[in-house]
Amino acid sequence: MTLRTRVIACLDVQEGRVVKGVNFVNLTDEGDPVELAARYAAEGIDEIVYLDIAASPRGRGALLDVVRRTAQNVFVPLTVGGGVRSPEDMRAVLRAGADKVSLNTAAVLRPGLIDECAATFGSQCVVLAVDAKKEEDGRWNVYITGGRDDTGRDAVEWAAEGARRGAGEILLTSMDRDGTNIGFDIPLTAAVSEAVEVPVIASGGAGRPAHFAEAVREAGASAVLAAGIFHRGQVSIASVKKAMSEAGIPIR
Amino acid sequence: MNDRRLRVGLVDHGAGNLVSIGQGLERAGARVSAVVGPADLEGMEALVLPGVGTTGAAMSRLREAGLAEPLRAWEGPLLGICVGMQLFFTSSEEDDSRCLNLDRGTVRRLEGAPLLPHIGWNDLLFGGDPLFAGIPPEATFYFVHSYAPQPDDPALVIARAEYPRPFAAAVRNGRRVGVQFHPERSGGHGLRLLSNFVAEAGAGAGAGAAGR
Repeated sequence: MTLRTRVIACLDVQEGRVVKGVNFVNLTDEGDPVELAARYAAEGIDEIVYLDIAASPRGRGALLDVVRRTAQNVFVPLTVGGGVRSPEDMRAVLRAGADKVSLNTAAVLRPGLIDECAATFGSQCVVLAVDAKKEEDGRWNVYITGGRDDTGRDAVEWAAEGARRGAGEILLTSMDRDGTNIGFDIPLTAAVSEAVEVPVIASGGAGRPAHFAEAVREAGASAVLAAGIFHRGQVSIASVKKAMSEAGIPIR
Repeated sequence: MNDRRLRVGLVDHGAGNLVSIGQGLERAGARVSAVVGPADLEGMEALVLPGVGTTGAAMSRLREAGLAEPLRAWEGPLLGICVGMQLFFTSSEEDDSRCLNLDRGTVRRLEGAPLLPHIGWNDLLFGGDPLFAGIPPEATFYFVHSYAPQPDDPALVIARAEYPRPFAAAVRNGRRVGVQFHPERSGGHGLRLLSNFVAEAGAGAGAGAAGR
């Protein structure tokens, strides 16, 4: 009787298509989100995350349509983020078929948004996405607007504040590692995991099955997330689960 | 058209993801309609009460929609999911809310948990309840919650999970069943559970099966 450590596939979505970049830029088209999500579900993925990276008003309808079609066809948990600025935005995404909603830029600009969303929908529904980049002094700053703007805020402190305000989970992305395939940022993930009492999803940098096990064992992540390596078929979900299992991590 | 599918009302209190539940029930052979007010209950043979959000917010929305009393009076098959199941009980520690009080008990925060919310796939320990027919004992189900009900009558509990302490993961009182996990997000095993609910409700629909 054990809670399994989750392996999560993240699909960056722009106007209804999956895209992926390196260090948050140079985007390439990688397919239909619903098709990919269904494939991952069949392969044993534990959760799907959609991030609407453009979060433009024009792409909003396309995103909600993708969420709806996913919920009709894929029966695993679905988290959706990008462009959620109010409890009403959150409601629209949940009603389209998401289980959890991820907040990022809007929460940094107005932290009370986290409290409002948690009060309306419950903490279990609110994910705080933190995009962190290492500074020269060895700490990490929070970046917003898709990694374009440095807020000057300390990422570990922000994650802790987010959890205090009611975020039920932290989706922590290392911008330094994103798309590099050299492994998760262990010190960053460990620092945030120690600072909060909610689950932390490690994201950014996965390249080999062993990396996933490292993020759990060495950094205390509750879940591990990858994108491009799954989309391109570089690493299979089965091989990730095998490596985790061999490292003594309970998997589904 | 003579549509003989079981008519299942999916209670819509404005916060949850109804898409997957509706789809899962349709796949199980049900004809699903949204229930937003008391008039929508007409002709329904079974109800599903989903739940995202806090128990307090869910109860206010049910009261505003005029659905709290009809739900209390409902005697047909009823499936509560997550917060929907928590609403069966007397009250919840979460924002000190009064619930539907269909069954005596309190919804409490999970004690001794390493991290909350409890998010992810976990095992179930279940016996021979028909809700779990055909589901292998090693099946895992998706949970996302910080609270769970403690029924005054432990005999209502038909499945337990552990995080790390045991808690009620599924309850039954006659034709009223509730699950703390999300069958609509638990892959094939979850779809089987929805299908079991529809099958049982369908079998009782013409036979006038009595609750306990």
